[in-house]
Amino acid sequence: MDSELSPQDKKDLDKFIKFFALKTVQVIVQARLGEKICTRSSSSPTGSDWFNLGIKDIPEVTHEAKKALAGQLPGIGRSMCVEISLKTSEGDSMELETWCLEMNEKCDKDIKVSYTVYNRLSVLLKSLLAITRVTPAYKLSRKQGHDYVILYRIYFGEVQLSGLGEGFQTVRVGVVGTPIGTVTLSCAYRTNLAFMSNRQFERSAPIMGIIVDHFVDPPCSSQRPANMGQPCNYRAPDEEDGGQFAGVQDSQEVCNTSFSTSPPSQCVCTLSPSPSKLSKPLPLDSLQLPLAPGLVTHTVLHTGKEGGVVLVPAQPPQGADTHLTVEHAPNTPGSSFLSGEDDGLSQSGEGRRDDRRSVSPSDPVESLNAFTRKVGAFVNKPNTQMTIASLDLPFAAFAPRGLDTEENDPMVHPPESPPCLSPLQGSLHSEGSEGSGPQDDFVMVDFRPAFSKDDLLPMDLGTFYREFQNPPQLASLSLHISSQSMADDLDSLPEKLAVYEKNIDEFDAFVDMLQ
Amino acid sequence: MNCRSEVLEVTVEARQVEEAMLALLHTILLHRSTGKFHYKKEGTYSIGTVGTLDIDCDFIDFTFVRVSSEELDRMIRKAVSEFKEALSNSGSDGIGQISLEFYQKKKSRWPFSDECIPWEVWSIKVNVVNLANEQERQICREKVGEKLGEKVINVVEVINRHEYLPKMPTQSEVDNVFDTSLKDVQPYLYKITYQITDCLGTSVSTTMRRLIKDTLAL
Repeated sequence: MDSELSPQDKKDLDKFIKFFALKTVQVIVQARLGEKICTRSSSSPTGSDWFNLGIKDIPEVTHEAKKALAGQLPGIGRSMCVEISLKTSEGDSMELETWCLEMNEKCDKDIKVSYTVYNRLSVLLKSLLAITRVTPAYKLSRKQGHDYVILYRIYFGEVQLSGLGEGFQTVRVGVVGTPIGTVTLSCAYRTNLAFMSNRQFERSAPIMGIIVDHFVDPPCSSQRPANMGQPCNYRAPDEEDGGQFAGVQDSQEVCNTSFSTSPPSQCVCTLSPSPSKLSKPLPLDSLQLPLAPGLVTHTVLHTGKEGGVVLVPAQPPQGADTHLTVEHAPNTPGSSFLSGEDDGLSQSGEGRRDDRRSVSPSDPVESLNAFTRKVGAFVNKPNTQMTIASLDLPFAAFAPRGLDTEENDPMVHPPESPPCLSPLQGSLHSEGSEGSGPQDDFVMVDFRPAFSKDDLLPMDLGTFYREFQNPPQLASLSLHISSQSMADDLDSLPEKLAVYEKNIDEFDAFVDMLQ
Repeated sequence: MNCRSEVLEVTVEARQVEEAMLALLHTILLHRSTGKFHYKKEGTYSIGTVGTLDIDCDFIDFTFVRVSSEELDRMIRKAVSEFKEALSNSGSDGIGQISLEFYQKKKSRWPFSDECIPWEVWSIKVNVVNLANEQERQICREKVGEKLGEKVINVVEVINRHEYLPKMPTQSEVDNVFDTSLKDVQPYLYKITYQITDCLGTSVSTTMRRLIKDTLAL
């Protein structure tokens, strides 16, 4: 004795599911923008807040969601999925999680549509808000910027989880039973953050981007207050026209739901289409073109493992993918950074999750040191012979000439020093460092760091410490010697007095001169 | 009707107690709050909008979502800071428990006072640990963040079982089910209590009832 759903109920249910799907997409995408979300409570119902929740509508996201749905609704065998992936500045990408809105056959015929189902869908959206902040991709999305960006893709149909790698976890957000099936919302997220190479990764469908540019001003922006965040970039690979979306053209249906406190069967629910009411323009909905290639050269300081400060020049790669290859300076003690190395991302991903103590991984640091000059204490000589040109230094044209090879490097083989004029000057110009010669623009100081291979006393710190830990006492400080000298002094005293008495006139004249 | 009871347990450092409690209590209240009811004629009502706000924790690697209501936040913070103070006064090995109880009021005839019938109780057990150095504290930041994430998933799981909820009340009965004193949101009637035990397992201070919202105020 199945009671058929009334036409009004069926219509309402379809509408609820449609707007639930759209709001689900909004919540997920907004949670991955990299910013904190804030909406206001309002005691008087505005009529446009579906499920009585303050969830803003980003028009582009709604547009993409409607495009993916193509007039259909999530149903049995037809799931709506939002895929979140990460793309680095070098073009490598990785799927992070897939949110699935599915429907199964288990029906709850007795449930009241425009009362219980509506309220339960509202609770499910709240759960989604909470869970989107808990999965690992949230922390990654909060830190997106120049090194990587977070992208989303909406698709409809079969759920595809193969891109999440091995050992992915699933978390169920919740279920709501309806007379036509049970709505299920879940998330499958990647746990293995080892980086996949570009070749293994093949995408068949375009990926739309959310790019938040922190350090580049859009061409026509005025000063933005610091707490407003940066405009969200929408980028579709097919259509980089950068045009504004005028908002959804079809009539925005407004939810005017009122509930009855009388017995539930008398539920009054009116859903009236009203003239399309666009949501207020958000700081997030302006569209920007992607970054222009070869924009800015950044020089980033990071503390090398050996303790010196190492300058790492970086230039953006030329090409269509326009992300800067910049390693951001670690801002928490021991935080690892993303580098171009294969293991860089896995270390950073794992580093954030498991081991914040890890100092910068040794491989990237060693390879970086190969590029640098000997500027720090305890630094090894570089193994490879690098020319100035291949070092890719900024302002390379201004580097001193004739210093390409080690034979000519004055820091390794210093030229003859000029003759020393004073002991002090001699110590400053030890081993023949060059003063400011006519052809040099700067003074080169011969730097012989202590305990290095070129030191005067080549030994390592430990040996030095052990050897000189217990030095013998100074001879002049021993009592025997001091007492002997005292005796000598006393003996010579009368002679000295005689000499002073002889020269007493000289002393008086000296005293008069002083007065 | 049986009261549904859920227990969550967390182990945190002393300075993380406040944020951990706020995160969990606010997550529960987010699900147990609706917009303000506006009753109209013909026995119908409409519901206001609940806004949400992301809160980053300072001492834990965690972000939680709470209802956008400063009034509600103030009340929860007040209860949590009282709990935290009681916990810190009890001694370094203190174990405490804070409970969030949702109840319905049942009017009784005079001279009997109204009954408070709980329908859902969330108990959060807290173990406070002391850490020796900064390295351990850094690990603790992350671990506690992950644990809180698991607790949020537990909370969501329980709530989405859609078990008993009080019936939507008529206008005259709304104060028996909901806390209507706030101007922007309407949580179910709730009270927060806490209990501190010292390392010996005995109750140092007997259960202290702090009624955040009580119209009787006896």
